[in-house]
Amino acid sequence: MRVNLKLLRYNPEADQAPHWESYQLDADPMDRVLDLLHKVKWETDGTLAFRRSCGHAICGSCAMMINGVNRLACKTLVQDLSGDTITIEPIRGLPVEKDLVVDMEPFFKAYKAVKPYFINDDPPPARERLQSPEEREIFDEGTKCILCAACTTSCPVFWINGTYIGPSAIVNAHRFIFDSRDQGNAERFRALSGGGGVWRCRTAYNCTEACPREIPVTHLIEEVKRAIMLNQV
Amino acid sequence: MAHVHDVLVIGAGGSGLTAALFAARHGANVGVVSKLYPTRSHTGAAQGGIGAALGNVEEDHWEWHMFDTVKGGDYLTDQDAAEVFAREVIDAVIDLEHMGLPFDRLPNGKISQRRFGGHTRDYGKAPVHRAAHAADRTGHMILQTLYQQSIKQGITFYNEFHVLDVIFTEDGRAIGVVALEFATGELHTFMAKAIVIATGGFGRMFKVTSNAFTLAGDLQSILYRKGWIPLEDMEFFQFHPTGLYRLGILVTEGARGEGGILRNASGERFMERYAPTIKDLAPRDMVSRAMYLEIKEGRGCGPNKDYICLDLTHLDPDIIEHKLPDIAEFSRTYLGVDPIKEPIPVVPTAHYAMGGIPTTLNGEVIKDGDGTVIPGLYAVGEAACVSLHGANRLGTNSLGDLVVFGRRAGLASARFSEVESFIDLPPDAADPSRELIDGIKSRSQGETPFAIRKDLQETMMDNASVFRTEELLEKQVGIVQELMERYQNVVIQDKGDRFNADLIDALELGFLLDNAEALVHSAKNRKESRGAHAREDYPDRDDDNWLKHTLVYREAPGKVRFAYKPVVLGRFEPKPRTY
Repeated sequence: MRVNLKLLRYNPEADQAPHWESYQLDADPMDRVLDLLHKVKWETDGTLAFRRSCGHAICGSCAMMINGVNRLACKTLVQDLSGDTITIEPIRGLPVEKDLVVDMEPFFKAYKAVKPYFINDDPPPARERLQSPEEREIFDEGTKCILCAACTTSCPVFWINGTYIGPSAIVNAHRFIFDSRDQGNAERFRALSGGGGVWRCRTAYNCTEACPREIPVTHLIEEVKRAIMLNQV
Repeated sequence: MAHVHDVLVIGAGGSGLTAALFAARHGANVGVVSKLYPTRSHTGAAQGGIGAALGNVEEDHWEWHMFDTVKGGDYLTDQDAAEVFAREVIDAVIDLEHMGLPFDRLPNGKISQRRFGGHTRDYGKAPVHRAAHAADRTGHMILQTLYQQSIKQGITFYNEFHVLDVIFTEDGRAIGVVALEFATGELHTFMAKAIVIATGGFGRMFKVTSNAFTLAGDLQSILYRKGWIPLEDMEFFQFHPTGLYRLGILVTEGARGEGGILRNASGERFMERYAPTIKDLAPRDMVSRAMYLEIKEGRGCGPNKDYICLDLTHLDPDIIEHKLPDIAEFSRTYLGVDPIKEPIPVVPTAHYAMGGIPTTLNGEVIKDGDGTVIPGLYAVGEAACVSLHGANRLGTNSLGDLVVFGRRAGLASARFSEVESFIDLPPDAADPSRELIDGIKSRSQGETPFAIRKDLQETMMDNASVFRTEELLEKQVGIVQELMERYQNVVIQDKGDRFNADLIDALELGFLLDNAEALVHSAKNRKESRGAHAREDYPDRDDDNWLKHTLVYREAPGKVRFAYKPVVLGRFEPKPRTY
């Protein structure tokens, strides 16, 4: 089939402002959008810039806005999209560096703010710490996160409010808050209950819809809110 | 710009992050240079598990794990490496749990373990539950956990920096690296007392691969270009049996560990004919060859009889959804096949380089068959060859390799940096890298990287993959040389500085070509069949002449020289390899 690929291009070394460019391509319905981007880059216009690595939705490099929705280019097939025009823009709310490449530093800064690492100062036992399958299941969803930023950059609060840490950081906090082995909640709650923390969330559910790993992001944010409210340290 | 660290780690996958963590915990000032954000590294794509004789589900012993590793490697595995590995990986897995890694659990609260190819109880009697796992995203959880701990440890990261050169003194000590910053196009120099290479493999030289687009063997090539540093056992490249049809995306061996069965067009469980004892859980080289033969002999599935079916339909859907959720999703997304209802079409996919930069048990890079160490230079993980995996790696042993030898290299490099001092980089250290970049950018006429890479990938697949012959390898040696000549005229469109992915594409193609050269020459040279190196014209293993490691040096483009390193034997005498 013939596809019209419309890309929002921006090269700060040459352009005053972002502009649309269209490319006509032959595509197979089973092609990934990433395959189309490669086709443009490799066969037509080598100046196109975008990030990608694994090609199968585990590395989190290629989040972009495809037909108005945040998705991974490697997990979106041509047949998943309606119509024969596909529009692609960079994810929103992070500074655009070039074409589809955005500055990820603010995203990772927010991630680091919630102390996204295991905290337990007790001397570890000789073997593994024990945890029941049920205790393990409680925080399973958050462990799927690949830090692609699709959720955070679909959040209207994140777009407008300059300090909100965003859904992804909260998901990664959830992964430790509800881990029976972890003891760092007091420290994390300080970061999460401040002005840029969980209370900024307006439950728009954009994040849940955007997550390519199908993590129930909004639900996890609600659980974190409840844990802070009940002070489940 | 110049940066200074006691220990500089290149690469932020499992082995690099482990090395960085242990070097930093030892007290070294550590910097990590990575061409990707750390969590994008390909360790994250590892699925099924990390093998260790924890004995949580059934009796198990490190000696059994060691034996399986040696036999799986078709006796090319160095047995001192296998012993260190099988003993230390137990502690390393416990250590990952202590770092918070969310392993799946047994009802008694211990880490859950599953079966995997080539891992057996009692020296080959039956499959054993050895692979500790976190659903089918074990690599993802290892990568996340190590990155989380690196943040906690306060390690300095240089993300999206592409290393282009390693700097040595005249007498051969490694003292720094030169790297290109993706965001700005600037060249940075890094001075370090010790450098740890942890940059992964080069599966992208093949058309069908499970590897990320970014895996081009950058540092293998950078060292090989020096001429005096060899690459070891490059002829041994693993094809994983179950890549998604056409795409090559990995479907974990854990799918067979949970009971999945490979079937040909008539529905026959053909592995019963090739490996009567452990069947579908035979090592990867054997299963891939069996699949190739089934297809070649007309028993492939589908309208073109060109794939094999991985049948999970008899499994409890709950096992698929909870223990194999990602591969179920991949199959649904990319092939439109629901593995609960129908078998998954699969083909062997280029997966893992057993060969790489030769090292000691502490990750020190060596430069000859006598084991002479290059001061200040270390290598770990898939980029390295220790040699734990010998001629064929067992499933799960890559993740174990990362943490066991990552720790050893991290500690060894930190200790080295305690007693050694910095050596100033020469003022012109970045000149060769600048010339390399300017050479590519300034060319206005020639071929795009795409055209050359496509020819490389297709011909490597046809001539140097699962089965090989003298004739095909001879042909491929010529083709690679021709491609290298074409590469001299590679041209890119993007002449800018910022985020110039066109330039990176061209540079990575250069690295791939070097690795391909080393691979095809080594494969043509080794006139026997062992592990993943299957020669139709020399179908048998030849221990009298070839129980030794290949070291390949580049003398000039297209011209190589071989040396050899003895295999470290020990506890297990080489025996015929049947399963």
